[in-house]
Amino acid sequence: MKLELQGVTKRFGTFTANDRIDLSVEPGEIHALLGENGAGKSTLMNTIYGLYSPDEGQILLDDQPVDFTGPGDAVRAGIGMVHQHFMLIPVFSVTESVMLGYEPTKGPGMIDFAEARQRVRDISAQFGFDVDLDAKIEDLPVGAQQRVEIIKALSRNAKILILDEPTAVLTPQETDELIAIMRQLKEAGTSILFITHKLREVRAIADKITVIRRGAVVGEATPESTETELASLMVGREVSLTTEKEPATPEDTSFEVEDLTVLSPTGKVMLDEVSLSMRRGEILCVAGVDGNGQTELTEAILGVQEAASGSIRLDGQDLKGLSVKQRINAGIGFVPEDRSTDGVIAGFSITENFVLDQYDQRPYSNGVAMRHDVMRADAQEQTARFDVRMGTVDDPISTLSGGNQQKVVLAREMSRNIRLFVASQPTRGLDVGSIEFVHRSIIEERDKGTPCLIVSTELDEVINLADRIAVMYRGRIVGIVDGDTDRDVLGLMLAGVPADEAKIQAAQHQTALGEADEIADEEAPA
Amino acid sequence: MSQPSPENSTAEPGGALKEAEGRLHLALRELGRTSWVITLLSIFVALVIGAVLILATNSDVRETLGYFFARPSDFFVTSFEVLRDAYSALFRGAVYDWNAASPERSIRPITETMVNAVPLILAGLGIAIAFRSGMLNIGGQGQIILGATFGGFIGYSLQLPMGAHVTLAVLGGLLGGAIWGGIAGVLKAKTGANEVIVTIMLNNIALLLIAWLLRQQWFVQTGSTQPISAPVHESAQLFGLLPGSFRLHAGILIAVAATFLVWWLMERSTLGFEFRAIGENPDAARTAGINVAKATALVLIIGGGLCGLAGAAHLLGTEYRLTGGVAGSLGFDAITVALLGRSKPLGTFLAGLLFGGLQSGGVLMQAQTGASVDIVLVLQSVIVLLIAAPPLVRTIFFLPSTDGTEKKKNPRRRRLRDSEAEQAASEDKAETTQGAGR
Amino acid sequence: MSEQSTAPETTAVQAEPLEQAETQLQPIKWKFPITYLVLALMGLGFALLTPAGAETEFRSSTGNEFISIPAVIVPSQASTLMLSIALLLLAGLSLFCAGRRIRLGIWHPLLFGLLFVLTFLIYAGAGRGAVIPMITLLSGTLMLSVPLIFGAMCGLVGERSGIINIAIEGQLLAGAFLAAVAASFFTSAYVGLLAAPFAGAAVGGLLVWFAVKYHVNQIIVGVVLNVLVIGLTSFLYSTVLSENPEVWNARQQLPRIEIPVLSQIPIIGPVMFNQTILVYLMYVIVIALQILLFRSRWGLRIRAVGEHPKAADTVGINVPRTRVINTILAGSIAGLGGAYFTVGQGLAFGQEMSAGQGFIALAAMILGRWNPKGALFAALLFGFSTSVGQTLSTIGTPVPSEILLMLPYVITIFAVAGFVGRVRPPAAEGVPYVK
Repeated sequence: MKLELQGVTKRFGTFTANDRIDLSVEPGEIHALLGENGAGKSTLMNTIYGLYSPDEGQILLDDQPVDFTGPGDAVRAGIGMVHQHFMLIPVFSVTESVMLGYEPTKGPGMIDFAEARQRVRDISAQFGFDVDLDAKIEDLPVGAQQRVEIIKALSRNAKILILDEPTAVLTPQETDELIAIMRQLKEAGTSILFITHKLREVRAIADKITVIRRGAVVGEATPESTETELASLMVGREVSLTTEKEPATPEDTSFEVEDLTVLSPTGKVMLDEVSLSMRRGEILCVAGVDGNGQTELTEAILGVQEAASGSIRLDGQDLKGLSVKQRINAGIGFVPEDRSTDGVIAGFSITENFVLDQYDQRPYSNGVAMRHDVMRADAQEQTARFDVRMGTVDDPISTLSGGNQQKVVLAREMSRNIRLFVASQPTRGLDVGSIEFVHRSIIEERDKGTPCLIVSTELDEVINLADRIAVMYRGRIVGIVDGDTDRDVLGLMLAGVPADEAKIQAAQHQTALGEADEIADEEAPA
Repeated sequence: MSQPSPENSTAEPGGALKEAEGRLHLALRELGRTSWVITLLSIFVALVIGAVLILATNSDVRETLGYFFARPSDFFVTSFEVLRDAYSALFRGAVYDWNAASPERSIRPITETMVNAVPLILAGLGIAIAFRSGMLNIGGQGQIILGATFGGFIGYSLQLPMGAHVTLAVLGGLLGGAIWGGIAGVLKAKTGANEVIVTIMLNNIALLLIAWLLRQQWFVQTGSTQPISAPVHESAQLFGLLPGSFRLHAGILIAVAATFLVWWLMERSTLGFEFRAIGENPDAARTAGINVAKATALVLIIGGGLCGLAGAAHLLGTEYRLTGGVAGSLGFDAITVALLGRSKPLGTFLAGLLFGGLQSGGVLMQAQTGASVDIVLVLQSVIVLLIAAPPLVRTIFFLPSTDGTEKKKNPRRRRLRDSEAEQAASEDKAETTQGAGR
Repeated sequence: MSEQSTAPETTAVQAEPLEQAETQLQPIKWKFPITYLVLALMGLGFALLTPAGAETEFRSSTGNEFISIPAVIVPSQASTLMLSIALLLLAGLSLFCAGRRIRLGIWHPLLFGLLFVLTFLIYAGAGRGAVIPMITLLSGTLMLSVPLIFGAMCGLVGERSGIINIAIEGQLLAGAFLAAVAASFFTSAYVGLLAAPFAGAAVGGLLVWFAVKYHVNQIIVGVVLNVLVIGLTSFLYSTVLSENPEVWNARQQLPRIEIPVLSQIPIIGPVMFNQTILVYLMYVIVIALQILLFRSRWGLRIRAVGEHPKAADTVGINVPRTRVINTILAGSIAGLGGAYFTVGQGLAFGQEMSAGQGFIALAAMILGRWNPKGALFAALLFGFSTSVGQTLSTIGTPVPSEILLMLPYVITIFAVAGFVGRVRPPAAEGVPYVK
């Protein structure tokens, strides 16, 4: 089926999220929609999927204009969507999840479970998926959940499949499997619209690339374009994909984690005897796919999660038994993984967020009452230093963009004397300008002699920042390698292959992304 | 997108909403945004609904309806008279009675309003603290009973000098409420038990507890089998502020002091900062080093203590004898007071006065016009429902919505647009929730 | 593509150490065994307090059945001692199994509960010279449970769709009021029965209107609606109903319908199958909900909406409509339950006559973990403890009836505090759905 958008415009109030978008996806084509965070990709997808109706312009399927009033219409017309955050119900079984909304029934509204199971089985067999029909969604790994989502779309005879940031939660190897599935679907004549902000993926998979920026189409490209070309198209200016930094000059070891084990509330082992040590003035990046214990590692360091065993030492002081507050006051600067849930309090003012972990310390309080004038003055000074674009420091922090909120968090954590800097996904969801700023700030902090522990799921970020890289898999550190380690080796390590073996395997064959990488390297002017 | 773009300003409230979805503080922030106009209009609508009820149940009015088409003027005249009588009685009973026999009796109503308002304000403050800390303390009823029980028992079973006795009894009430609130608080802090459920259950347990106590001779100390206790000694009573028949007692001073203290606690102290932080975002509070468990327990202990204080002030200032019904519907009334007061100390104080006035006015209205005092409950609940849903009030009065854009006719479209703005905001601000899988 | 063959193998190998560690390090859960131990010690306490030489008599028949069961007389002290030893053994077993991480079957809590109740009854009835009337006890249990069960069903239908319902109390009261008024006005209990669901549905409608359209916090709406219903019914009661009680508030009673054969079964026959149509309706509703919630399209969709409304929306399920319809439907169930207070028992309407039953219904729903079956048993348990309290207070026992009446509330607090298993509400309950 052919999908075509003509001048699709979507406004929210005075804000134009999509501005006269033209787009055409041919049958059996893998079409990538490339744009950075906030460019309007998701709005566009939701419009195609019938969640929004466009203010102007129209959507055509096989040259027939269509008007969807809801996702139901879109599904009936043959559009399937795999959302970035899976639309699966954790307590449902695979069968229940797939049939929801399209339940085969017998008798008065009773579900025909045999029929439903058969449908899932048929589609799984056709594409060689291996899923347990009765497994609960919450017990499945993300890769399998994604396959359930694809089965769900296919079970409704989707001729056009929209994949929204499908690789965000996958290892490079899982991504490879996904790419194989996409190619198989393409062979079967399904059109695929694939949304991403990752340049490398686009080049590896897409037949055609449309780049959008600030809600408008800014150009089309082919997989042969270089990454630099795509990046400047996406961001609208020349961007350097790497941040300039001097080689690290590490000093003495100041932070050590030894045999750290952390259990989840239900008793699962989340972190399994992890050991690492850091020296002053180096950046250690922890790479890993989401959910492999990185969150637990950082939270155990801060003391938000209790360690079941093992020790954490900062400048020789054992942190065991110290509360979060005591650890913060001992000199840990912490940037949490999810800014909106853990980093800032949306309803509080910028000032209040600025003192969030120092509110009861001098000079901001005398221990009982708070001193608002001092708080305000400091907040004003530091937010200016960190280039926070805002009205006044008394505005709620929710009036700021994500990048500026993150700068407030950085200002809070870096404006006091810290002896260890821990940041988890420090640039997640930020635009390129803010990402550059955050990276520069981290490198400055390193150059001041602070050990910096940076957790990231983005290999690009890891490779850009790290002096050394620790790769985590299923709660363990697979290995700690140099900052300039080959991407394919890291990819294998992300899947749990030990460093030495990964090097051998990587030399033997490359992943699709690795290949693309190599081509990019060759093309890049030396 | 690091410079503040114009779209941020319009999209922002939606973005904040998105994060706050379903959270209590969202509801309360929404309340806080509503203007005084909305409050006044809500009160007006409630009075209209009350008027309909009064007319519908008035036999004279029904009679005139019987021959409505013959002489409609009778219906309107009678209706007008009935309503005038009822609502003027409500006002005279609450504020100033110009029909009273003596000047003393004329100003008595306003003092009665204050007497009624004392427990409402104190308990309302207790509930309000919990609201602002993200907790729903439905347990005012039980905490008031415990406060009254502790305060009362100290008041009639001990013999102490004047000042010391009343102080001890009041503090006892505070302790009783704090214990009852503390059970919910500690359970929530330690096990995560939902405070709504626990406090509802504790209300019922408190009712049964006092019923049992009132059957025990060592407790009631009256020598009779009536489920009513001995009266508190004069040394333990809250002293009257005015001479003669006035019932106004020192409880109102406690209420004023508590209002000020709660303001200082929530707005100026570090503890209040912690309370507000866990109310808005407990995860961020924990990450910032705030001991969430401790703060949670403290919120309900302090809130419970204020409710206990309400019970003690009610018993030591007005009731003197402990009965099974000592708390009346105070606990639930206090919730409406806190809601109407937007959980702010001054607002709660004023809301307490308003509802206290409705109660004392309702008594006079029932005595003079036969319209049952229970209508006060209807007025109260309608007011609170309406201020919780400002768009509804705006619809009733054809007011423009506050978001500055013109109102669309189709409500479905409007709802969609609002939510779209949110989506756009979250996208625009790149507020991804990728971490949600955590 | 070449990765595909090796990838599953790698994952399988890597998966192993994690699961191994899991079984070793999982913390032992001591809450249950300790709860059992405390209860067993209480049982022992009862045994030690039982007077020596006393006897307890149980009577289990009305004399109407095909086979009448003779009264059972047991020596009090000996049997309580034996029972409490059995209780201690069961508690010990649970301690042992917890230490070894062995899971015990459902038989364990059931047997434990049964023995505990028996111990208590024998102790309470020891040497009183009175018999423990099992039929009265059980029919009392059912009677007291009826409004609870209706209320709990109402609560769980609403909450499964994501609407928290604190207004069950108000719905019961409204149902009781309208049933009484309609029955009295038309002098027919059946008219009252037909009218009651509308009252409950109206309250449910208000709740869901404020919750879905205006996104008002659902707990707040629920609490305020309770006040509103109390105010309205009390106001009308003290004006219209009191002015002319013969017209507006005369007693009407649903007749008992004896089901042939079934009502002759020993013990359960007279208890369960000699009831009014309202009670039979209750059986039907509970069974139907249990089946429909898990096996029907309606059930799957309502659960989807309560767990993850956005996911439901993306497959074309109308979330607001699902919530509105089901909350109103649920309200009508509670309205029926309210009818039990008036026409069900042949009583006139009285102010605040629901007397907190709506909150116990809420507790039953939570204890039953949002399942019809579970809520049914929880409601019966609560009804039973109240019934025991009432029965024992007539034969005079050392245990104050207030303590027994407190049991439902105490058990619920323990439940939400995690002592009686994990309580997991529908994930999206109370969260307004905004696209």
